[in-house]
Amino acid sequence: MRFGVVVFPGSNCDHDTFHVLKEVCSQEAFYLWHKDHDLKNADCVVLPGGFSYGDYLRSGAIARFSPLMQELQEFVQKGGLVLGICNGFQVLLELGLLPGAMLRNKNLKFLCEHVHLKIENDQTPFTNMGKKDQVLRIPIAHFDGNYYASPDTIEELITNDQIVFRYADEKGQITEEANVNGSRENIAGLINKQNNVLGMMPHPERASEALLGSEDGRIIFESIIQHLVRL
Amino acid sequence: MIDKKLLEEHNLTEEEYEKIEELIGKQPNITELGIFSLMWSEHCSYKSSKAHLQKLPVTGENVIQGPGENAGIIDIGDGLAAVFKIESHNHPSFIEPYQGAATGVGGILRDIFTMGARPIALMDALRFGPLSVPKNKTIAEGVISGIAGYGNCMGVPTVGGDVYFNECYSLNPLVNAFCLGICEKDKIFYAKAEGEGNPVLYVGSKTGRDGIHGATMASAEFGENLEEKRPNVQVGDPFKEKLLLEACLEVMDKNLIIGIQDMGAAGLTCSTTEMASNSNSGIEINLDLIPQREEGMTPYEIMLSESQERMLLVAKQETVKEVQEIYAKWDLDAVIVGQVTSDQRLKVFFGGKIVVDIPVQAVVDMCPLYHRESKVPAYLESRTKLDPVPLPEDYNSTLEKLISSPTIADKQWVFRQYDHMVQINTALLPGADASLLRVKNKKFALAITLDGNSLYTYLDPKTGGKIAVAEACRNLACVGAHPVGVTNCLNFGNPEKPEIMWQFQEAIEGIAAACRTFSIPVTGGNVSFYNDTEGLSIYPTPVLGVVGLVRDGNKPIGPGFKNAGDSIFLLGKNKNEIGGSEYLKYIWNMEKGRPPEIDLQEEKKVQEACIEAIENGLLNSAHDISEGGLAVCVAECAFFGEDRIGCTIHLNDEIRRDSLLFGESQSRIIVTTDSGNKKPLIKIAQDRNVPIEEIGTTGGENITLFHKEDKILDLSVRESYMIWKKAIPDNFKTR
Repeated sequence: MRFGVVVFPGSNCDHDTFHVLKEVCSQEAFYLWHKDHDLKNADCVVLPGGFSYGDYLRSGAIARFSPLMQELQEFVQKGGLVLGICNGFQVLLELGLLPGAMLRNKNLKFLCEHVHLKIENDQTPFTNMGKKDQVLRIPIAHFDGNYYASPDTIEELITNDQIVFRYADEKGQITEEANVNGSRENIAGLINKQNNVLGMMPHPERASEALLGSEDGRIIFESIIQHLVRL
Repeated sequence: MIDKKLLEEHNLTEEEYEKIEELIGKQPNITELGIFSLMWSEHCSYKSSKAHLQKLPVTGENVIQGPGENAGIIDIGDGLAAVFKIESHNHPSFIEPYQGAATGVGGILRDIFTMGARPIALMDALRFGPLSVPKNKTIAEGVISGIAGYGNCMGVPTVGGDVYFNECYSLNPLVNAFCLGICEKDKIFYAKAEGEGNPVLYVGSKTGRDGIHGATMASAEFGENLEEKRPNVQVGDPFKEKLLLEACLEVMDKNLIIGIQDMGAAGLTCSTTEMASNSNSGIEINLDLIPQREEGMTPYEIMLSESQERMLLVAKQETVKEVQEIYAKWDLDAVIVGQVTSDQRLKVFFGGKIVVDIPVQAVVDMCPLYHRESKVPAYLESRTKLDPVPLPEDYNSTLEKLISSPTIADKQWVFRQYDHMVQINTALLPGADASLLRVKNKKFALAITLDGNSLYTYLDPKTGGKIAVAEACRNLACVGAHPVGVTNCLNFGNPEKPEIMWQFQEAIEGIAAACRTFSIPVTGGNVSFYNDTEGLSIYPTPVLGVVGLVRDGNKPIGPGFKNAGDSIFLLGKNKNEIGGSEYLKYIWNMEKGRPPEIDLQEEKKVQEACIEAIENGLLNSAHDISEGGLAVCVAECAFFGEDRIGCTIHLNDEIRRDSLLFGESQSRIIVTTDSGNKKPLIKIAQDRNVPIEEIGTTGGENITLFHKEDKILDLSVRESYMIWKKAIPDNFKTR
């Protein structure tokens, strides 16, 4: 399958995502330059983590104006798969492809550590290889990961089963303590109504090789591949 | 008019000024004087330290680049080279903690990628005053978020480092930033200005008035006028630097440039003169062409600005267009500001007039060197004498208190603010003895560590210097790494004080002796003098950064107990030593005594035994005994294990119990092994004449320790773990 990894100025998980797709998952992977107008026939587009434009204004707020985002919107309209990781998730929020916004972490510090996630919805192109209620160990690394949306929006997300991952403890309990950054409803990952755009704060590419302490993140990439193969 | 006051402002002596006049054959104008003041500052010229630094071993068959360039380079095999360096940013971090630390990180990153290497890891050695003082907390918090703010945005993982707390850093914190990069051996770039007529390009951020006199500031003591110095601290823009990194690596990968130098301390002044000096050429530049973000800057200000995220490079006529296109792609300025000449002079034009015309050699190489007077400090006699210390009444509560000492306590509160996983090579998380970094598609891995106990060095600089090297190498041995190269950051007080100079000389001798024993070359580093505020000097603090090679990086060995039922062995020997220990300092408030002895040959054998045992797959964990002694080491083994497994230890040494538990005797490592691997492990030690003793087993929920028949320690792992874990964050709880 063909995976395009978008490079914004300030992206810094682009190489990592590329490495996992190409070397670990043996897929065709290539970079997409933000100033271009070409998705190079990608089957799935990944918006990687990092600090696009330094995140000096608001995380993802400037990247959404990159020329390539026009093609991305059209790609999404046509049902193409888009995965936004960390800063990529923030860009998806700014683009309006996913609802809500990110606040600073509740302790007002950058946080980098392994957390546990519970899969809430396994009927998505990004989680079909996992099982509902399965607990994954995947690291986070962000300053602005405290998910916020209005109560109405949250209600809608729950009704439509759009919450894909929630912060949990190692047994899968959704607790306040496990909610490291203070997100509403412990939300760690969301999907759009059309079921083709996923945003998640944790970094699956950092948990795809045994040497790094967890391979749980591969479920996300393997699910995408599985979904595309089935098409 | 150049008068006494002006010279004082420029930190130049009258003798130095006379030499300048003699060298350039005229009275310098103000810009020329500014240039000399920067390049002849202690920070840039090493005028007090050069004579002593020559004692360090700098050669070896794997050395590609020793001291003198932006960073040192070691051949690590398979066509790859490790590029690394450590540098201090102490003074700026005290004045403005966030920006001071952030730009320290930015500077060390540029040192690495200037040479063509992609930075793969950062580490920081931090020294703060006690957290009970609010000002120290503010400094620590600012420094740590500054490091995080810069490194995280750059996408270079900050994989650890060491953090010590001591009163001597209250008015003078230390921030030493280390960076490691990797490049192909045949794609290294140097600060060269070759080829008459070749274009000189300015790339990166625009020049402002920030940081003027930064290097001069770093070369003097601080008084009470700190607030006034704030404008001397530069402001960092990590996003610009990230673009600069990608653009520079791209032009280097395409081999489009001849030479490159970053503009760190001393900015344009340093980059122009050093590049020309290295190539025996000259440079002329036109300041009207320099991208500026402030109006009305004088030539003096432009030449002395230390604005961050800037580089000077020399291209060829035929490649310059492509170079400019690449920088434009990354939204960066790349402006031709001058050219290489053959007259070995720096010529600077401004508004159509020549404003600087001086020989580069005079600026770069002719600064007078000083053999400063040295004298044994008066404090030594009383400090090294140890008054009788009573034995603790209760070892449990003593250990609980000791693990809550911020120097020993868990540093996760610090490390979780750093993105330590980006680039997905971090095979051992921060907190381990050394950080282990995989090299993608290679079997070998790299290990890095920083170390430097300043109390030892204060009490005995030579021994302290030896131990700094030995312990750093021991940290590497605990992850199975062979040391291959060293960079050092030597933080001392005012070298014009003979006592400080004595500390410096002695420490260097110790470092040199240890480096020779371990056959590791010093490939560069940094000397930071004048760490004095209001007349008080810091303890002499050499920080050693050592890079090691792990032959098989696929099975990382960490400090934590792995399985219940493993046998615990002590490599090395317990001794009756307690001087200079964290125990005496934290429990008895005594920074006294002689630091532990060190026999370098003995140390080397212990380390080699540990490495061999790891390479033979015999060990499940390894952790070296350092601050807090054996008891703290064993507790940490339990804390670092994922399952927080306890242990039972039996000791029979005829040693005072406080020394046995908390003494910091060197050359000791605690390792664990499966029962099936006991015999080969013992054999490895015995073959090398390394003392080895089975001291216990892992398992249970408590840390239990017997001395002879008496159970003297019995602590719940979970409870003591929480004490260790919460000690630092509790200091920062918002009220």
